Amino acid sequence: MQDMMRLVEPLIPPLRRYARALVKDHATADDLVQDCLERAITRWHQRRADGDARTWLFTILHNLAVSHMRQNRRRGGHVALDDVVDESMIARPPTQEDALHHTDVMQALHTLPEDQRSVLLLVSVEDLSYAEAARVLDIPIGTVMSRLARAREKLSRKMEGASAPMSVKDGATVHRPVFGASLFRRVK
Amino acid sequence: MSAGRPITEEDLQAYVDRALDAKRQAEVEEYLATHADAAERVAAYTAQRAALRATLAPVVEEPVPDRLNLARLIEARRHRHARAWLSGAGAASGIDPWRTIAAALALLLVGGAGGWSMHGMAAKGAMTPVNMLTQEAMDNYRVYAADTVRPVEMRAGEQEQLLRWISKRLERPVAVPDLSASGYRFMGGRLVATAHGPGALFFYDDDSGNRIAMMVRPMKQDGDAPMTEHQKDTVGGVTWCNRGLGYSLVADASPQSLHPLADEARRQLKAKI
Repeated sequence: MQDMMRLVEPLIPPLRRYARALVKDHATADDLVQDCLERAITRWHQRRADGDARTWLFTILHNLAVSHMRQNRRRGGHVALDDVVDESMIARPPTQEDALHHTDVMQALHTLPEDQRSVLLLVSVEDLSYAEAARVLDIPIGTVMSRLARAREKLSRKMEGASAPMSVKDGATVHRPVFGASLFRRVK
Repeated sequence: MSAGRPITEEDLQAYVDRALDAKRQAEVEEYLATHADAAERVAAYTAQRAALRATLAPVVEEPVPDRLNLARLIEARRHRHARAWLSGAGAASGIDPWRTIAAALALLLVGGAGGWSMHGMAAKGAMTPVNMLTQEAMDNYRVYAADTVRPVEMRAGEQEQLLRWISKRLERPVAVPDLSASGYRFMGGRLVATAHGPGALFFYDDDSGNRIAMMVRPMKQDGDAPMTEHQKDTVGGVTWCNRGLGYSLVADASPQSLHPLADEARRQLKAKI
């Protein structure tokens, strides 16, 4: 168990960060991490010797978090924002502020579907390589890349909605019309 | 114009993640210099990445809570193993004898370190009344302490009414200690079922939301029993009897750390009842 202490202990803070970003509620996030660690202790000897402890632990945690979120949804206890709220309801009219506030980031993050959110967090925050993220999520690398691109696109639209509207572009990327602008003119 | 491979969306993403080799990175930079559109997008994604990291950074700075202490979790698992061996389940199900021996050795080591209560060892073989009460307290604690919506049936505000009700069901006067001096507020309580009739479970919590519970029920025999420490997985308990009423203070903590609280509770209860 010595190697376990050495390899796993430093990963506990990042595991907590990932869980917290996925499920928001602090106590629930730590519950998931605890479950994850207990499983890791039980299965430590089943782990592939050449496998990376970090990828392995994130895989366990991710699977626990996903099944927790699904269970929750079935019970109707907690409903993730992205399941019920139409995007346009969350978008706020542009404000003068273009600083990215932390709450805005988290709020925007939680409007992403769960599969995009996890890719973005694993790659952008936890610094997993695309191959490692693919292993954790059990999807091909190509899917990691396309989810990542979608997640970033969507998130930047959300965050843009909270700040100044961006200049109109050549149409390669479709932007949601800034709330009020075009509609208002038509009504008038 | 360089004759390199065309820049793809994947290159742009990898540029944001700093996952490109130096050569490719230079090519992407060159591309971005002439494509304002892509440059703007990459800048937005980079800002987004930085914002996410900054927002979540404080989590890794937080002290790791006790229940995620790896050494403790490993220890708790060892206890479970040892108990499985003692219960004879291993022999009956034909488990590898070497594993059994390893578990026995682990048990000796743990016992030698003084961390393991002898009462727990007798758990499956001969259930003493004190062990049974502790078991009931721990089982109920696991069920209700995890309940975020309704851990108690009646809240602290209705303490008088709660104690009247509990005393009536347990057919004897029941009181609760005030543990606020130790940082634990009374939350309320509930009636629970045990194999020995109704029992009461009272909850306390501290500012960080840690919950401790005190189980109370009449014992078959009148009289006192000294305090004993117990542990099962991560749940610790301190159990004693006073004039035929059994008490077990349990929490997601070591029994050693609960002992001072139990001392305080017993002192107050002796004065009250």
